[in-house]
Amino acid sequence: MNATPPVPASLAGVAARPGQHVNALDSPVKINVDGLNFFYGPKRALDGISIQIRAKLVTAFIGPSGCGKSTFLRTLNRMNDIIPMTRVEGTVLIDGESIYDAGVDVVHLRRKVGMVFQKSNPFPKSIFENVSYGLRINGLVKSKAEMADRVEESLRQAAIWDEVKDRLHDSALALSGGQQQRLCIARALAIRPEILLMDEPASALDPIATQRIEELIYELKKQYTIVIVTHNMQQAARVSDFTAFFWLGRLVEFDRTDRIFTAPAEKLTEDYVTGRCG
Amino acid sequence: MRKHADVIFEFVSLGALLVALAALAALVFDLVSDGGSRLSWQFLTNIASRNAENAGVYHALMGSIWVIALTGALALPAGVAAAIYLEEYGSRSRTARFIELNISNLAAVPSIIYGLLGLGLFVRLMAMGQSVMAGAATLALLALPVVIMSTREALRTVPNTIREGSYALGATKWQTIWNQVLPMALPGVLTGLILALSRAIGETAPLITIGALTYIPFAPDGIWSKFTVLPIQVFNWVSRPQPEFKANAAAGILVLMVLLLSMNAIAIVVRDRQQRRGRA
Repeated sequence: MNATPPVPASLAGVAARPGQHVNALDSPVKINVDGLNFFYGPKRALDGISIQIRAKLVTAFIGPSGCGKSTFLRTLNRMNDIIPMTRVEGTVLIDGESIYDAGVDVVHLRRKVGMVFQKSNPFPKSIFENVSYGLRINGLVKSKAEMADRVEESLRQAAIWDEVKDRLHDSALALSGGQQQRLCIARALAIRPEILLMDEPASALDPIATQRIEELIYELKKQYTIVIVTHNMQQAARVSDFTAFFWLGRLVEFDRTDRIFTAPAEKLTEDYVTGRCG
Repeated sequence: MRKHADVIFEFVSLGALLVALAALAALVFDLVSDGGSRLSWQFLTNIASRNAENAGVYHALMGSIWVIALTGALALPAGVAAAIYLEEYGSRSRTARFIELNISNLAAVPSIIYGLLGLGLFVRLMAMGQSVMAGAATLALLALPVVIMSTREALRTVPNTIREGSYALGATKWQTIWNQVLPMALPGVLTGLILALSRAIGETAPLITIGALTYIPFAPDGIWSKFTVLPIQVFNWVSRPQPEFKANAAAGILVLMVLLLSMNAIAIVVRDRQQRRGRA
């Protein structure tokens, strides 16, 4: 298992995929990670991760359970900070600014880097309150009318407005699983983040709800930099522009998604995407 | 064989339940037969009297309501704040475990000890005198361990995914606790509070210690007022030789029980409403 360079040389001169409007390499680097190690107590969970994630594209993290892909995702908005006995080494730059420097405002970081979780976790409040919460606590709106506008805008962006517009003040827990997950996406979008982290957002959903989430991701990448963790390799192939393959806490290979799935450079990647291991 | 054991266990459990219920029923029956005839509107509105026929619980009832309301007002914020510190901010250090252990120990301390503490600390040192405030502060100390423990239990039942969801939206720790964690824990907090107040409202010893066992010819008109409470009034009547006062004592206990049951009923209503607001 050789360490792979963060951005493979094979990326140079990549032609745009059919249907892809932006040339991947025209897109600026949004997140630049260098030599990241992560520890749960004495146990090393991430080992020397270096990766460059480009703006307004979808980057998928794949790999077997326990390979560190979710842990890595959670280092990007410092969500691991709330787990006791954890430690980070290395640098993570977002728009060129180190997010682990002393004096970085975590609250401010998380406003910029939104997150959607594996299990939908709506607050046990109304649909409206779920979306307005982030706006309210961050003081992002000045009036009730503006609040209502932003809530509607977010629900529309998350493609759930038509289903909930007549019952905004009903409990969010009355929604179906797929609707709850789209509500959580709306909630994350309401504070207008620049990056959206998604931790297996469709793993608990049925195929139709999953398809809706995937369509949504395709829409959202016009505005947001999206990083998605997924167990489902077809999903990674369908929604992402770049794919990173993790194995035992290491980043094995990172490349354009079509290359990862058709012509991976590493034997391990090939074995994994063809189902021979993991 | 296993099936038999199952049936036997079921009957033993049922038997234990029936014994407990029977004891309660016997108590209520006894009280009603002794004091039921004394219960009237006059009994509630009359003040204590040398004459058993004219004596009522008005001062003691008002005293109990004042004291218990103030006890709740003191114990709830202090208990919830302590529980939040221990559960959400405190680390799993040795000191934290030591504090936890001692909170459990405090819950088992005899109430008379709290009375002595109240006498020394509130009545004398802080010069509150034999006031509603001193009584409530003493009872609040007594109620605190239960409020803290039940609040911690309630905070622990709030799923971590809710905290993460709030943090991910740029909420601070306090915003997360105040807006998401506490509202979800509220039903459990209220249950614990009512449990603690139910114990406090029946307490006699600590209040006698701080000097509430005196003839008080008026109902409290503020937190610095002198007071007496229902259990003390009952204690007073029981200790008299005349049988008529025994009937008064039984009636007084019935009033105390009704007060206690209505507190529990309010707690259940509040809790159910809170829970319904959260769910569908």
